[in-house]
Order: sequence, then C-alpha cells, then structure tokens
Amino acid sequence: MKAFLLLDDGTLFEGKAIGATGSSVGEIVFNTGMTGYQEILTDPSYAGQIVTMTYPLIGNYGINDDDNESRKPWVKGFIVRELCDEPSNWRSKRTLNDFLVEHNIVGLQGIDTRALTRILREKGTMNSVISTDPNFNPDDWKAAIHEYTIVKPVDEVTIKEPIHIEGTGLKVALMDYGTKANIVHSLIERNCDVTIFPATATAEEVLSVNPDGIVLSNGPGDPKDCEFQIQVIKQLLGKKPIFGVCLGHQLTALAHGGETTKLKYGHRGCNHPVKDLKQGRTYITSQNHGYVVVAESLDPSIAEISHINMNDGTVEGIRYLDTPTFTVQFHPEASPGPEDNRYLFDNFIKTMEAHKGGS
Amino acid sequence: MPRRQDVKRVLVIGSGPIIIGQAAEFDYAGTQACRALKEEGIETILVNSNPATIMTDTEIASKVYIEPLTVDVVKNIIRKERPDSILPTLGGQTGLNLAMELAESGFLDEMGVKLLGTAVEAIKMAEDREEFKNTMLRIGEPCIPSKIVYNLEDALAFAESIGYPVVVRPAYTLGGTGGGIAHDPEELKEIGANGLRLSRVHQVLIEKCVAGWKEIEYEVIRDGKGNVITVCNMENIDPVGVHTGDSIVVAPSQTLSQREYQMLRSASLKIISALGIEGGCNIQFALHPDSYEYAVIEVNPRVSRSSALASKATGYPIAKVATKIAIGYSLDEIKNAVTGKTYACFEPTLDYVVVKIPKWPFDKFVKAKRTLGTQMKATGEVMAISNSFEAALMKAIRSLELGIRTLETPLCKDMDDDALREKLKNVDDNRLLVVAECLRRGFSLDEIFEVTKIDRWFLSKFRNIVAMEEKLKTLTMDTLTDEVLLDAKKMGFPDDVIAKYVKATSKDIRKRRHKAGIRPAFKMVDTCAAEFEAQTPYYYSTYDKITESIPTRNKKVVVLGSGPIRIGQGIEFDYCSVHSVWGLKELGYETIIINNNPETVSTDFDTSDRLYFEPLTPEDVMEIIDHEQPDGVIAQFGGQTAIKLTNPLANEGVHIFGTKAEDVDAAEDRERFDELLERLGIPRPKGFTVFTLEEALEAANKLGYPVLVRPSYVLGGKGMEIAYNDNDVTEFMEIICREEQEHPILIDKYMMGKEIEVDAICDGKDILIPGIMEHLERAGVHSGDSISMYPPQSLSFKTRNTIIEYTEKLARALNVVGMVNIQFVLFNDQVYVIEVNPRSSRTVPYISKVTGIPMVRMATQIMMGKKLSDFPYGTGLYKASEYVAVKVPVFSFEKLHDVDTSLGPEMKSTGEVLGIAKNVHEATLKGLVAAGMKFPEPGSGILFTVRDTDKPELVDLADGFERLGYKLYATGKTANYLNRHAIATNAVRKINEGSPNLIDLMESGEIKMVINTPTRGRNSERDGFQIRRKAVERSIPCLTSIDTAYAVLRCLQMGKKPAELDVISLDVFENNSHD
Repeated sequence: MKAFLLLDDGTLFEGKAIGATGSSVGEIVFNTGMTGYQEILTDPSYAGQIVTMTYPLIGNYGINDDDNESRKPWVKGFIVRELCDEPSNWRSKRTLNDFLVEHNIVGLQGIDTRALTRILREKGTMNSVISTDPNFNPDDWKAAIHEYTIVKPVDEVTIKEPIHIEGTGLKVALMDYGTKANIVHSLIERNCDVTIFPATATAEEVLSVNPDGIVLSNGPGDPKDCEFQIQVIKQLLGKKPIFGVCLGHQLTALAHGGETTKLKYGHRGCNHPVKDLKQGRTYITSQNHGYVVVAESLDPSIAEISHINMNDGTVEGIRYLDTPTFTVQFHPEASPGPEDNRYLFDNFIKTMEAHKGGS
Repeated sequence: MPRRQDVKRVLVIGSGPIIIGQAAEFDYAGTQACRALKEEGIETILVNSNPATIMTDTEIASKVYIEPLTVDVVKNIIRKERPDSILPTLGGQTGLNLAMELAESGFLDEMGVKLLGTAVEAIKMAEDREEFKNTMLRIGEPCIPSKIVYNLEDALAFAESIGYPVVVRPAYTLGGTGGGIAHDPEELKEIGANGLRLSRVHQVLIEKCVAGWKEIEYEVIRDGKGNVITVCNMENIDPVGVHTGDSIVVAPSQTLSQREYQMLRSASLKIISALGIEGGCNIQFALHPDSYEYAVIEVNPRVSRSSALASKATGYPIAKVATKIAIGYSLDEIKNAVTGKTYACFEPTLDYVVVKIPKWPFDKFVKAKRTLGTQMKATGEVMAISNSFEAALMKAIRSLELGIRTLETPLCKDMDDDALREKLKNVDDNRLLVVAECLRRGFSLDEIFEVTKIDRWFLSKFRNIVAMEEKLKTLTMDTLTDEVLLDAKKMGFPDDVIAKYVKATSKDIRKRRHKAGIRPAFKMVDTCAAEFEAQTPYYYSTYDKITESIPTRNKKVVVLGSGPIRIGQGIEFDYCSVHSVWGLKELGYETIIINNNPETVSTDFDTSDRLYFEPLTPEDVMEIIDHEQPDGVIAQFGGQTAIKLTNPLANEGVHIFGTKAEDVDAAEDRERFDELLERLGIPRPKGFTVFTLEEALEAANKLGYPVLVRPSYVLGGKGMEIAYNDNDVTEFMEIICREEQEHPILIDKYMMGKEIEVDAICDGKDILIPGIMEHLERAGVHSGDSISMYPPQSLSFKTRNTIIEYTEKLARALNVVGMVNIQFVLFNDQVYVIEVNPRSSRTVPYISKVTGIPMVRMATQIMMGKKLSDFPYGTGLYKASEYVAVKVPVFSFEKLHDVDTSLGPEMKSTGEVLGIAKNVHEATLKGLVAAGMKFPEPGSGILFTVRDTDKPELVDLADGFERLGYKLYATGKTANYLNRHAIATNAVRKINEGSPNLIDLMESGEIKMVINTPTRGRNSERDGFQIRRKAVERSIPCLTSIDTAYAVLRCLQMGKKPAELDVISLDVFENNSHD
C-alpha cells in the first residue's frame, strides 16, 4: 500500500505504508542512532513528533519485551527507509510492523530518508503529515499541517498517580514529565527507593515523602509550556539535591530565570560529543531534544555551565551554585545510546549522601 | 593538550612486502601518518622494504630508506638519522614487532629515541596472551577459557581438560599464521607443533572453541587525556571460526539490538582504557547468538586491516587521528576533516550499509585447499556501499572480478539436495553461493543456520536476492515492468544479470532503464548521516532520485583504480593511480577516482578531488561518467582491471587518454601482433594459436619441446605452463578447456634464455627508457616472481642497443602515448620479444624510485598533451644509476596449504622488496634478507635435488657451497654425480626409500636450505612437492631455480651480514637526475 509524507514546505514523498492505516500530523524530526528504534518509539519525549531514522535498515532485531522506555510508543508517525519484516535476534518477540499496527502508529518506508534529513537540516524541524489515504491530496492537508502545535504533551504522557518502588537505599522522588524507564532503572540499580510523581504533583506532595533527592525527568514539548512544573521546581530548589535530565534540565534553567530557545533541527542521536568542563574530558552522549538553554540567559553567579556540546557549543549541563542542583541536557541513562555518562547518577547519589549527612 | 614540542624528527616503520595478512592497508595508514606529521612541520624518516608503496615516496616522507626491516638495519638508520622519536603502531605487526624489539633491547633509550603513542607496557599487555588475560580478568571482561603453553604435552593436557575442539593461536604472528582449530589430539599435535615453531616466542594459546558465535569488532580510539570513542563496529557474516580477514563483513552490525551494541561498545571502551592505549585499537568479540554472553577474542593495539576498512566505511581517518594523538593532541583538539567544523572526538554514524568481501587467490592456486579457518588466506578485499544490504552485497560481489555477478552460479546446480546439504558443511570461499543454492531450493533458514551459523537475518537477505533472480527469470522484456526493474536495481542487480534473466541484452536493459529515468543517484559519505553539512567529495551510488554529487564545470579526468589486491595485481597499481592523480592535479585538472579497494591510498577521500567508491564494471563506471561528464578517462594505471574497461568505455564514446584502444588491441591480439612484429623485423619465439588438443599437439611437435601453453588474454600468467612432452600438452589443454574458451590458446616455443624487461614512456614520437631490468632467473619464471636487477648486470653493448631499438620501434608502431612495458628474452645472443603491454606495469614504482624519474606523472601529463621534451629527462635510455637495485619477490606459501612453491610461468608471489646497494651482490643480499630469507650458517646442511638437465650447472654451485663449509646432501643419483666431480656429498634416501629419508632430515633441523628444481614425472613430481611443502612448513629456504641458488651463493661468498652494509636513502637517486 502506498503512503505519503507531506512536509510543511510542500515537499511530498511517496513511499509504502507501514504500521497502521490512516493519517497523522506531527512535527517531523530525525534521529541518527543506528540502533535503538524500540527505545526511541517508546520514549515519551517524542510525543507529538513523527520520527524518521537516518539509518536505512530498521527493525532488524525485531521488538522484544524488555526494551520499552515507557508503557507505549508516543510518536505520531515513524519513517524508515527499509523496514525489516524478518527480524533476527534471540529476544525478538514480534516484528516492528506488528508493533506499529498494534499501537495504531502510521508510518512509511521506501523513501529517500537521507534526502528528507537534508531538508530538515537545511530548513529546520517542521510539521508534516503521513497518510495512507490512496486519494491523498496535499492541498487538503496544508492548513492542518501548518497549524499543528504540540499542546502540553507532558500532561498526556505523565502518569496519573504516584508509584512507589521500594528500595533499601536513598529515597528519590522522580518527577515524571515523560520519564524513560531507564532513569527509573538507573536509580533502582543504585538501590534507591523511588517514588515516581505525576507532573501535576505539587512541591508539598513531593516533599511529603521526605526524599533524599529529586530527579526531574526528560519529557516532550516546549519547556516554556510547563508553567506549573516550573513553579513547583522553584519551590523545590534548595530543599533537596536535584538532578535534572533533558526537559528537567530546561525547566530548572527556566525556574532560575533563564531562557530556552528552539534549535533549528535539534539533537537526536547517540553520537553527540559533550565536554565535561570540570574534568576536561569529552564523552559521547545520547541526545533527544529540540530546545536548548540559552547560555547567556543565566546569572553566572548562581549557575555555572558544566557541559557543552562539542559540535555546536550549546549548553549541555549546568551546575547551580546556590543549591545542590545539577542538570544535563543529554541522557545519562542512555537507552538508546552510549553508557558513558552513567557516572552522573553516581554523582547524584554522592550529592544526596553528602546532604543527608549534613542535614 | 597541545602537541609535544620535543618531537621534531620521527622514524616511521612500514610493514614490508605485501603478504597474506598484511596488504596495502599499512601503506594507507603509513602514508596518512607521514602526512599528518608533515602538517605539523615534523620531519619523517621512513623505512620500508616495499618499493611499491606510496609511503616510500620522497614527497611523503622527508627521508626514505628502502631497506630490510630487521633490527640491525633499523638500528643503523637510527644511528645515521638520529630521530628523536619512533612511531610504531602504523606499520602493521611487522613495524610493531620491530619497534618492540628495539625498545626491549634498550637501544631506543640508549639513543634517546622516544616511542610515540601507546607505551611499550600497554602493547605488551595487549599482545601477550597471559598478560592480556590477566588484565581482562582484573577489569571483569570475559575471555574464552584458554591456556598458554610452550610445548605440545601441555597443549594436549589442557585440551583434554576443556574438551575438543580447541583453537590454537600462536603468539606474535600476523594474520593468525600457524593457527587452526583442532578437533582431536591428532590434529592438535600437527597444528600445535607448527604454531610453536612459527611464534617468535615459541608460545601458543590453546583456547576453547567458540566457533559459531557471532564475531563482532569495534574500532576504538583513545587519547592521552583518556577521551575515548568508537569509530564503528562491524559484524562478520561468517561466525567465529573464520578469520576476520577471510570473513564477509558488514558495517555497522545488523543483528545486534541496541543493548548488545552498547554492551560491547562499553566493554570496548573499558578495555582500551584499561590497557592505556593512546591511538587506535581493534577489539574482537565473540557474542553468543542466543544470550548476552560474550567473550573478548583479541585486541590489536595498533591500526589494522579492520581500521582501514572502518576508515573507509565511515570516512573517519583513523591513522591520521592516531598519529595526531601520538604527538600529543587530544581528540577534542583534532578537527574532523570531513565536516571541517566538528572535532575528531565524536562517533561516526552511518546512513548506509557497507559490505566487505575478501579476495582469495584460489582462482590462481586451483590446487590450494579452499577451506577457511583461523588462518587468513585472502590477499585483498573489496568494499561496497549502498543503502540496502542486498545492493551493497551485489556491488561487492561484482567488484571481485571473478566473473560472478549475482548469487546464481553453475557451481552446484547439478548436485542433488543431499550432496548440496553435504557441501553446505564446507566452510570455504564458495559458501555464500552454496547457501544461495540451498535457499533457491527452499531449504529453511533454520536448517541453513544450524549448519552454517550464519545469522538468519543475513540468510533472509540472501533469499531476497535469490527471490529477485527467480522473479526475473519468469519475465521477458515485455513483461518486465519499470517497477520490478527499479526494485532489481535497488537490490544492486547489474543490467547484464537482469538481461540474462529476461533474455535480452544489457544494452536493451540500459536503454529501458534510462528511458524510465532509472539512474543512480550519488550520495555522500559524511560521517554524520547528513546531520551536518560536509565537504567530503566521497560518493557511492544508490537508486534514488536526489544526487548529492554536483559535477563541476572544471576540466576533469577520471582515473580508474585497480580493485582488490590479488596475485598479479598488487599495490603497485594503486601507487600508479595515485601518482596519475597527482600528475593531473599539477596540470590543473580536477581528478576523479573510481575504485573499490578499502585498503588503499587511492580511496582516501583527499587523494583525488572526488572519489566514487564503486565497482569497476562498464555499467557502474559509465553511470559515473554520464553523471560527471569528464574530458576523458585514464585506464593505463589500474592494471588489468582498468585495461579491461578500455574497450567498453571507448565503444560508448568515452575519450580514453593515451594509447588508443585499437592499438592496445594490436598488442594483445596474437595475429595482429605477429603481423606487426613481422613488419618491424622483430623476432619473437615461434608460436601458433590453437583451439583443440589435436591442433595443440601438432603445433607443439612442429615447434619442438619445450613449449609454453597458455590461454590468450590473461593476466599474471594465469593458466600458463611449460610442456616438455605430449603428455604435458594433453594435461594442460584439458585443464584450460575445462572453462569455456572465448579466445584461442597459444602454443609458443619456450626459450630458456635471459629475460629482460623495459618500462618506457612515449609521447607518440619520442621515447624515454628510464631503465632496463635484467631478470636473474632464466625465462620460464614469471617476471613477477623473478629476481630482477637494475641496472642490468650482464648485457652486452649490442644487446642493450637492440633492446632500445626494438622498444622504440614497438612504441612508435603501437602509437603509444604514455607507458609501455616490454618483455624480452635473450637466447643464443639474439633478442626476442615475448610480450608488449601498452600500460603501466608492476615494476614502474620501483624503477621510478631508483631512477628518480616520476614516470607515472610524466606519462599522465604526456597523455594530456605534454611532450617528453617538456621534461628534463631527455629521450632514449636514461643514464643508469651508480647504485644497484635488486627486486626480490615475496610469497605467502605458509598461508596456503597444498600450493606448490616451485616457480614457473604462473605468478605466485604476493609482494616484493627491494635491496639497494653499491653492487649487485650486496643489493641481492639486502633484497633476500628483506624478503625474509634465513641464510644458513656455514656448517649446516644443504639439500640438492635437481632435474637432470640442471646437473651440469650444479657442479660449480655445489662446489661453491662446499668451499664455504656447508654440508651437502643429495639423493642417490645427484649425490653420485657430485661425488664423481670430487664434491663431498652425503647421499640421502628419497621419500619412498624408507627412513631416515630426506624429509626426516629436514624435520630434524639438519637441513637449513633446499635447492630443488622441479622434475617432471609422476613420482618425482610428488616427491618434489612434498619436499617443497616441508620446507615451507619448517621455514627452510627452498630455491627452485639454479640461478637463484647461484645468487644466494654469491651473497654468502661476500661473507657480509646485511647490517654491515651501508643504509642508503633514496636521495642518492634524486641527485642522479639530468647532469
């Protein structure tokens, strides 16, 4: 079956349908990771987005029961050059196509994904529609594409009620703005007792469990839309050690009066070099973000840039000087991507321990 | 970290001759290293015995020594040149071993020479099995149960304790030389003993066999600050058990999930950090196909064949970055040359698939055992890029130039299913084709997987190709839709294969295709999957619409490369291609290279202005030409691969620079060539062209034996044999006619004279002969396998003039514009022409170096319209050098079982070395030592077994050796003969005469050299073969020509060791020019 991809700039691609039938509008982005499609599909940060993979062969190792990063896929559409219908891996339980169908995700394959990527690189992230409608008429969709906005996606992806996962170690409150499972797992691995709070939780609710530290998770959308969450963070600052990841990092900057801005086409992939300025070392990181903290927007007397991106010099991490708070733009929990930055979780544990002892 | 200021003069050690396991990749690495150092204003002193390399160009290094790669010689160079540092990790295992020996002996400290990059301790930790295992144990990385042993008893005992099969891996050998899998104690006894002997430290590892697990490699780079990245990973389609150099490899890995990918990546980072490597490193893993279980197989603490592949697969210049790290830079200070914006501290991400297929020499060595195992057998490799696995595989297959263009071959068509099932068990070079046939017959993926352990993912992809073949078979030109045609093209099917299936001509298909707008697009290799704008002019084709390669309006020329390294067509043609590009650049042309060999300098993205990494077939090349619209094509420098393209391209109206296609044909077509010679009054050995056995016998008898029998249009003397009687002719004709012959078979009178070779440059009018080469061995040994001397040592003035005269006549008559190579034989004082090749030959690099004439650049510029008179080298025969250069061939016999080592008209060598000295004997000594010859010490035994016709010449030879104090041995008749001539010789038993016989004597270590000239006749042939193979096994020098033996004797008579000879830098030849 044919499928179409229409971009906001009018570019039309014709390919073959994969996944569910129908039409789906979303913001189109590309990810340069060569593996990790299952994690990407189920990463809530992609809510509202159509993801195209730059690696041409996707689905090779199928879909397994272990690698979901949340309870379901959140993408609005999925684009690959070639979908593998005969996956081979010992953990594979079903094909990627079955998974897409099961979760009602529209997609297409067989287009020149490199050409598409180059358009996005040149013109920036834009809206688009994928449609399997055989009578697809671009004119019918132009307005819908153009007007599309992702509205408060955090509210959509966050859990509704707190979840407690018992552990013998430090008590951590995790703010779920759309957290990836591996953040939770990284804490459990370190024996933490974790309570996951919905994004709607108030500071009082969070502090009521008397955590040793608070993790602000990743999540989708424009950080400036998260007014409520920014207010909550303002109230949490200084109360407990805070570790922010991705959206959590951006919200913390906004809570400090900083600015965020949208990148032309974002950072999505597993190969972004980030320099830890204190160590003087560069690490390869996993990234997925369309917005970034504006370096100059922060008061240097309270916020110190700890990490920068070696490709474009953008802010990748901030250490706050007035409270035990540090945040990173990239994904130390990896999944998908390099595991080089797991040390940051260890650092957070140490920070919590130091403050626990001190208080 | 800024660069070290204490590094100003660096010694770079090359990897020596091309042998199996060590090919052009180290020329590529070394050249990149020298350039990287030059960029920093650092002087480089280069030593390598291989003259066919680009790294040994005086433009690449500040000082170049073509000298034997031995500790003593390198010490002399260090004493003379006083470098402050040495870069050890870019010259393969040879360079690394040498540097380690220099360091361990304390010599480097004594001379104040620093070892750059990875420290000695780190290298030892990675290379020494025991230290490595302990390190892995310490950091918690799993290894395969194994034990180091120094004798056979311990090997057997340990194998018993872990159970068979076991893998035997000798320490410090390259390409896994001497290793293997033993399934029982008997096999272990054989393989183990061999391995112990070949290891420099007499150490082998006995290891639990994990054959069948996935074999995954990571290329990792670490700097002195501890920054560490992986450049790429690769998955071997052939699971553990087949040497990675013999495996079909895909990059990136295809069947690893994200978790497995990261698990092994993290392990790689941990390992390189624990070892403390500063530079590049290759880590090989075995991964269980059904669990997370894995084991580290091996770490190479240096750039390697895999790193060359990874560099070309990703665009990331590993050798260059490793060099910058070695002089102090950190990864985040080195610019990414591809984007020009980002830094080297990142990980390339691919948006295409890369497939590498090894090139094996089994087409040359038809009798060689084709089984693949832990010992590498391939001489070279091809790489292909596309955005589907199928297309990359199909491109790689046709790049091999085996006459195979798809997965369907006649190979096992006639077998029934049971026979096929049996054949599927063979792990050899044909396995892919056998698997394809199984898939065609509907064998299940599971069944094939159970036998081969090739992952089902790959099998399913092979099946896609087979399905397309079958689909096409059901179609005709009329029923073939554009959609199916496009699908086939996207899967990498060439026009001629589609044509064959739909019963049309490839022209028909092409016409259809072009009409339907089905043309390739050219995509860029940019290290970043298009995330950033890149500057690399490095392209591959896909069947998409959007092309990224935008042709310029410049005047431009395509230079055709030479494809994979193989016997008969080696690195020398890459040298020529690269020099041709340089020559064009000097004239202001934009240059475009098309090639498919990832090991080479020519496929470095900054060698030419634009690089197309594509198969060298008429279709693939024509599509590039249609796209680029160059002024023309240069085909003279890419060996037979490029020459073969001349006609198809010319027929399409493409301008071929230099000698015209019809003139090339006049030299290759037997009848036209004979007519030409007749007209010019140049004699050649009499001969006939025949098609049938009857005609062949008649011709042979008319000419009188011995005669030379060969198919026409061959390269490297393929299928050429000397026949001494009717039986031989019958046998050879049978072998030749097994394959359908399009062209006639040639029967020539075989003249056992002196062979002389000339490379000349002609501008259509004038001719320059840079030098004449004289072969040491009499005609009958392929020119590539014979020792060759420049300048000639025994030619009379008259002969020399005749050669000049004939060369000039031939070059003019053939309207040569560019290069020509002519081979002569001097027989009974008369000069005959054997062969004329109007193209660059394998001797061009070495002659260029020892004459100081930049032959390829000149020839290129002449093809573009310059005249010889525009250059300062004059015409006629160029003034000979005061120095003598002796080229010695190098063989890889120890890697190839069942191959006869006797030399004949068919080429067998894989590489060559050069010895340069003030006189021929010293130069020969250097050459032989560089080639790895172990000269026997006086007092040790030499065995003579020669054919009757050689006996008269044996007397002086044996006498010479006896006078030097050697103990002579010979079999009955030969011993009698020598004793009769008053040369004391011990008689030994032949193989069938009971024990102890000559084989026992060789086993015992009594015999240190064998002089064996092949004898015909069933028994003696078999005996000779066994003697020669035993010599290979025991590393005993075995000379199969009396002439070579004499040369060795002369060397020994000098009584000098190579280290006592002066080391000579190539400057002496530069200064030689036009005075």
